[in-house]
Amino acid sequence: MRAVLTVVGKDKTGIIARVSGFLAERGVNILDISQTILSDYFAMIMLVDLSEAKTELAVLADECAEMGKNIGMSIHVQHEAVFNAMHSV
Amino acid sequence: MFSTNEVLETINMVEREHLDIRTVTMGISLLPCIGGTAEKTAENVYDHICKRAEKIVKVTGDLSREYGIPIVNKRISITPASLICAPFADKSYLIGKALDNAAKAVGVDFLGGYSALVHKGMADYETEFIKSIPEVLASTDRLCSSVNIGSSKSGINMDAVRLMGEIVKQTAQKTADRDGFGCAKLVVFCNAVEDNPFMAGAFHGVGESGTVINVGVSGPGVVQHAIESIPNANLSDLAEMIKRTAFKITRAGQLIATEAAKRLNAEFGIVDLSLAPTPARGDSVAAILEEMGLESVGTHGTTACLAMLNDAVKKGGVMASSRVGGLSGAFIPVSEDIGMIEAAERGALCIDKLEAMTAVCSVGLDMIAVPGDTSASTISAIIADEAAIGMINNKTTAVRIIPAPDKKVGDEVNFGGLLGRAPVMPVHAEGAAKFIARGGLIPAPIHSNKN
Repeated sequence: MRAVLTVVGKDKTGIIARVSGFLAERGVNILDISQTILSDYFAMIMLVDLSEAKTELAVLADECAEMGKNIGMSIHVQHEAVFNAMHSV
Repeated sequence: MFSTNEVLETINMVEREHLDIRTVTMGISLLPCIGGTAEKTAENVYDHICKRAEKIVKVTGDLSREYGIPIVNKRISITPASLICAPFADKSYLIGKALDNAAKAVGVDFLGGYSALVHKGMADYETEFIKSIPEVLASTDRLCSSVNIGSSKSGINMDAVRLMGEIVKQTAQKTADRDGFGCAKLVVFCNAVEDNPFMAGAFHGVGESGTVINVGVSGPGVVQHAIESIPNANLSDLAEMIKRTAFKITRAGQLIATEAAKRLNAEFGIVDLSLAPTPARGDSVAAILEEMGLESVGTHGTTACLAMLNDAVKKGGVMASSRVGGLSGAFIPVSEDIGMIEAAERGALCIDKLEAMTAVCSVGLDMIAVPGDTSASTISAIIADEAAIGMINNKTTAVRIIPAPDKKVGDEVNFGGLLGRAPVMPVHAEGAAKFIARGGLIPAPIHSNKN
């Protein structure tokens, strides 16, 4: 199953390293990354694969939100079906 | 992969614009529960609901976390209880209590369907059942009740209208210590629908299958934000923007509905395309109308704005869902919408204008507080007016009105939570008692005769 992970917040060093390390520990594979800086704000979107993951999606979403708070970023993990549904016909 | 803008748009809708799934409602047929006695039936009803809806809270919680979209309410609707209680209508309260207990046991917010359908006539057992409503609503917490008193096909049962004026009054009096809260759980319908997921008017029609999942979406804040983004657009462009936004909101609802049905081993029923406000700022249908260009909701132009909004929401939503049903339109409950509350407080919004608005949107005069000394016949007359709009226009209309005990115009009732607060609004001083006392049936309109 694939999910979309979004990281938004004030730019600083090491965000990608922190997030990707966190995902690797949980067996979550990164399929695609796009990242931009919008007026000092960091916005990263990852497509991740959970088929080998050690945690289920709902738990991963909670853990990532918590980790995000620790590093001052807003992190969401959502089933990719939401974006397919809302943005493609 | 999705574009950054698309992903951030969805996240913004949830985080800042109050996009949510307003309700996942499980419709359950209780016809198999009718036993030899009221006591046995109450036991069967409790067991059946607890079994069928055991997982609804867990499943909706999981879905909400996995998809990142809040699911605000978990609810149950049941076969109109007057049918279940028919053999022992004098003991209907036992079934009412069992339903309330079952709702608490499975952890849903509300259970709807303590209902009767009497749009053409009332059998003795139905009259008896309806008379139990005030006490049952006063002695339960999560049970909701509705009565259908008219339809485009059958006309308006004015005997039932007269009775319901009295029932509304009694319900208010029995819950006087809570500002007449019982009336917030009681809806009087014309053209009630069988698959409505929203409270207080939800029930599970007899034409439905055993267990069904119906979903109500929301998102007034999302629509308001979309309109703000094109401040100088003409109304055609505005309608297009509302359609596109409604499409996205509804697709999210459709996704949750199908997945919830699968996990709960139920049939997917419908998605209800309603813009349902909450008392939170930024989640208001009134604010959408004001964003369109009205100085205040309730002023001249309100009905036209609402008509366009309602239609555009439907057009966007219909393509986004495989099955659309329920009430499907913009809701205008006064106490549950901060923009409506404020407009009523400053005197810009009156009951007469709200009545006109109900001709072009779903559903009716909803969550309106009126003075405690409003007579039963005046409440019946308000119900009759709404029912007439529904009957002639082939649409659902409803009245959920609170004659707040000991309150007068200028006072306020406060129910808290999603039910919000409402300023007490004036009603006309001139009565309609003779009209209501006539009873009988207002015949169905000629255009209902289509066979």
